[in-house]
Amino acid sequence: MAADSEASELKKSKKKVEKTMQNGIEDDEEEEPNFSDPEGYVDDVSEEELVADVLKERPTEYDGFDSVIVVDNVPKVGPERLEKLQNVVRKIFQNFGKIRTEHYPMNDGKTSGYVFLEYASSENALEAVKTANNYKLDKQHTFIVNQFSDFQKYENIPDEWEPPQPKPYKDMGNLRSWLLNNESFDQFSVIYDGGEKTAIFLNSHTQPTLIEERSRWTETYVRWSPQGTYLATFHQKGIALWGGSKFEQIMKFSHPGVQLIDFSPCERYLVSFSPLLDNKEDPQAIIIWDIRTGQKKRGFHCESQSTWPIFKWNKTGEYFARLGMDALSVYETPSFGLLDKKSLKLPGIKDFTWSPTDNIIAYWMPEQQNVPARVVLIIFLYIFSLSLSLSLCLSVSLSLSLSLSLSLSLSLSLSLSLSLSLCLSLSLSLSLSLSLSVSLSLSLSQLCHSLIGSVEFLIPVDRGIYYNFEIFRIREKQIPVDKFEVKENIIAFAWEPSGSKFAYIHGENPRISVTFCNIRQGGKVETLKTFDKRQANHLFWSPSGQFIVLAGLRSMNGILEFIDTNDMTVMAQTEHFMATDVEWDPTGRYVVSGLSWWGHKVDNAYWLWSFQGRLLQKQSLDRFCQLLWRPRPASLLTKEQIREIKKNMKKYAVQFEIKDKMSQTKASKELIDKRQKMLEEFRKYRADKEHEYNLYRERRIALRDGHDTDSQDNDPNNYIDETIEFLQLSLFYSLFDVNLSANLTYILLSIPFTHISEDNLSLDLSISLSIDLSLCQSI
Amino acid sequence: MKPIMLHGHERSITQIKYSREGDLIFSCAKDSTPNVWFSLNGERLGSYRGHNGAVWCIDVDWDTQNILTGSADNTCRLWNCEKGTQLVSIPTSTAVRTNGFSYSGQLIMFSTDTTMGHQCAIYIYDIRDHSQIKNGKPARLIEVNESKVTCGIWGPYDEYLITGHENGELSHFDVKTGEQVLCVSDHKKTINDIQGSRDQTMVVTASKDNTAKLFDSSSLQHMKTFRTERPVNSASLSSLKEHVVLGGGQEAMEVTTTSARVGKFDARFYHMIFEEEFARVKGHFGPINSVAFHPDGKSFSSGGEDGYYSGVRSKVIMSSWNSAE
Repeated sequence: MAADSEASELKKSKKKVEKTMQNGIEDDEEEEPNFSDPEGYVDDVSEEELVADVLKERPTEYDGFDSVIVVDNVPKVGPERLEKLQNVVRKIFQNFGKIRTEHYPMNDGKTSGYVFLEYASSENALEAVKTANNYKLDKQHTFIVNQFSDFQKYENIPDEWEPPQPKPYKDMGNLRSWLLNNESFDQFSVIYDGGEKTAIFLNSHTQPTLIEERSRWTETYVRWSPQGTYLATFHQKGIALWGGSKFEQIMKFSHPGVQLIDFSPCERYLVSFSPLLDNKEDPQAIIIWDIRTGQKKRGFHCESQSTWPIFKWNKTGEYFARLGMDALSVYETPSFGLLDKKSLKLPGIKDFTWSPTDNIIAYWMPEQQNVPARVVLIIFLYIFSLSLSLSLCLSVSLSLSLSLSLSLSLSLSLSLSLSLSLCLSLSLSLSLSLSLSVSLSLSLSQLCHSLIGSVEFLIPVDRGIYYNFEIFRIREKQIPVDKFEVKENIIAFAWEPSGSKFAYIHGENPRISVTFCNIRQGGKVETLKTFDKRQANHLFWSPSGQFIVLAGLRSMNGILEFIDTNDMTVMAQTEHFMATDVEWDPTGRYVVSGLSWWGHKVDNAYWLWSFQGRLLQKQSLDRFCQLLWRPRPASLLTKEQIREIKKNMKKYAVQFEIKDKMSQTKASKELIDKRQKMLEEFRKYRADKEHEYNLYRERRIALRDGHDTDSQDNDPNNYIDETIEFLQLSLFYSLFDVNLSANLTYILLSIPFTHISEDNLSLDLSISLSIDLSLCQSI
Repeated sequence: MKPIMLHGHERSITQIKYSREGDLIFSCAKDSTPNVWFSLNGERLGSYRGHNGAVWCIDVDWDTQNILTGSADNTCRLWNCEKGTQLVSIPTSTAVRTNGFSYSGQLIMFSTDTTMGHQCAIYIYDIRDHSQIKNGKPARLIEVNESKVTCGIWGPYDEYLITGHENGELSHFDVKTGEQVLCVSDHKKTINDIQGSRDQTMVVTASKDNTAKLFDSSSLQHMKTFRTERPVNSASLSSLKEHVVLGGGQEAMEVTTTSARVGKFDARFYHMIFEEEFARVKGHFGPINSVAFHPDGKSFSSGGEDGYYSGVRSKVIMSSWNSAE
């Protein structure tokens, strides 16, 4: 009721105002109306009602607390010495910023021993707390400085500790459901529309099947985890991981401005890098996350310019290492601490790599003064890793004599010499061969890859320099070295993923050759074949080996060459004009060549090829950016099972062929049906239209003054091509063949002019004779 | 069959048209002199001299008596086809972008550009009534306040105009009332060309948005889409089979000197019903500005941007492709 009466009062007062306003309008001459409240008026309108929007911005009591500090343990002084104390305190605390206000509480005529100071900003206060805390004024007095807001913060903490609730387990379903596809089709992600849209497709027969499409799924690009479980998308605020059959969000990692990410091989950890915000206290440039819990495991600084990935993981994802200045830092999981609490001091270290099969790190350092370039292996045997690696470093000096002799022979012939040597003590190599006996050629070849990479890195492109590969067989006693010389500049190099072959591109444009080599059992390197004059700058081995695609990407117009390295035959020579990317599917059955919008602005598309180089599909997508195949985890089949399958390959092949044929006929039947339907629809439309058209025949004839052009045009008998020969009248006026169609109303017999248009004489002298066709016909 | 190159224009071709019987080809170019050629052998029959600027559009009436040209010299001119003499010159305030004869050949229409403060407008004159032209009073003046008209043709029976606009809209303008009756916006970018089927029941539009589309001319119902990778400048329907020819290519200002392949200057043949490309004709070194099917559907011509000696190319197509029936 009270509210009602208030409202009515309000209305009344409003009316009054309106009245006075009206009066004011009626006679302008009058004085300004009186806006002041009548006597005895009680203002019953609350401020919230009037200015609710402004009230929100009203400063609260706690607003400035962040910039206030409390200094404790200040000497207690009387009023006579207060000024002196103030000067001293001011002098100390002015260094951190301008002091706005200061307050010295008094007690019994003396100061209370603590002081409140307010700075202009909270940063100044923070700085003061950090620096002036524990400041020793004299023997008795040591300042204790705190932020004022801290008091509140710590007051609010409950005294009793409550154990945190365990997070409820969220069932994500089967994260590997995509592997259950009956046809074993692979998936791939596509970014198109200039990055606006991201889609996942299934590489099914004839046409890809869309699984999921979202607009603005990622802000830059996407990445698959190494075993294909997760799809990572990049956002301004961080990384999101997606997975499962419906691509639901599995985890979010908040890392503003993230640019690069890397997964550990076991898919347990995610490394993200952001160039933004990095403070000294809390390193945030590189963060390692636990994928399953979403926890931040450790942050790192990123001081030096280096290539991504900064952290290299070992095969199982238990260790990761990073190259520092003259040092190699190896970390272990799950503690994320330095292995043995310190980095390995390795002066001059340039690059390193993990062995793809074992816990071995190979690193190299270039020639320094009289010490030749070296390659060193470090072996980590799970428990006593440090002692071993140290002894290895020592062993370097032991085997120096060997490497020196090598480098000497080279430096004689060249100003720039380079040699690589490998040092490993005998006992260690023995223990190696004992503990590890996995596929020999694989680890060997992949390890050597890094070594050769370093060779290329070191030699400037200059004439008179040798380029050579040195291949170390680390599984054998004494680690024998095979040297393999190349006369020309090496453009690209790639090991066969499984097998003992390698390929490299060498030479200089336009004389570029591709050479294939094989390492025999005894370690002898034999050249299998050299293809001369090729347009190639990239090598793409099939993930299952044997087949390779030589690609001349970007500047080389997108020439693609498919080669079977078993018998060195060129299966196909094609091109995808201006292609920028080549991607093998994880099983080695298909190859995709793409023309990304990021590299080239027109004709963005991806083309799907069979491994033999047969073009299967051309998919033009507007502003197509990136295509990535979803990786597959390693097969769970044992060696025996795989052997069994290979043995029965013929049996399976027949089944698959039948299946393929069936799906193909089905597809072509669908296509025929679709076309038939389109055809029928169109025929029906045309029939309707023709019927309508015929209805208006009279109207058309009327519009053209009684000429029935319809029947003239439609009757094929009216088209009679005749060739009429004319006499040549003069040099200038030559008559020529005229197409005489019987349905012509007029026949133009014309005498063409010459082509010298400048000549006034030969201005368009086209004489036309018109003969009425009806006359013609009557004759 | 070998294509015939028609040399004669000094600058790029803007439009080509066949006469109704298909014996003559009319072409206009940026060099201000429209030409007429024999389609059979490519010999030039004559020129229409008088324009002082680029000629954007040309049309011929059904009985090949009169020629209508519109030019950037702010005139639209009517010519005697046989004699090559200028009959009438209609001055306009801005460049004439598109023009055409009606089905009866008695009405003409042309549209002007939106430039220099002038609004785009469509003018319709009855050429039987000389006073209209003399007094500058068109039978109908349609002011287009929205996006300007970039191309237009007459609908059947002199009833309405079908116009393509700069913003990709396709409209119907009633000739009697001058009102916009229908408007569809299936295209995303400028429509460069409209051509009708022979019975005028369908139209094909060519647009900068890399597609050509087939519409029903009376309802403007969208029926088919023909996709390419480049802007389409012109499209034409065959009267013989369900074929569409598309001409276009990378825009002239974006053409690089690296490779003709990048530009994709081929004339491309699509199946009208299945929307599939089945043939390509190479030959141009620059974008194709205009294509036209011979009325008998057995040959076609294309005119392009090929440097300074633009040529109309005429070629008989070997349509051995059979549809899926």
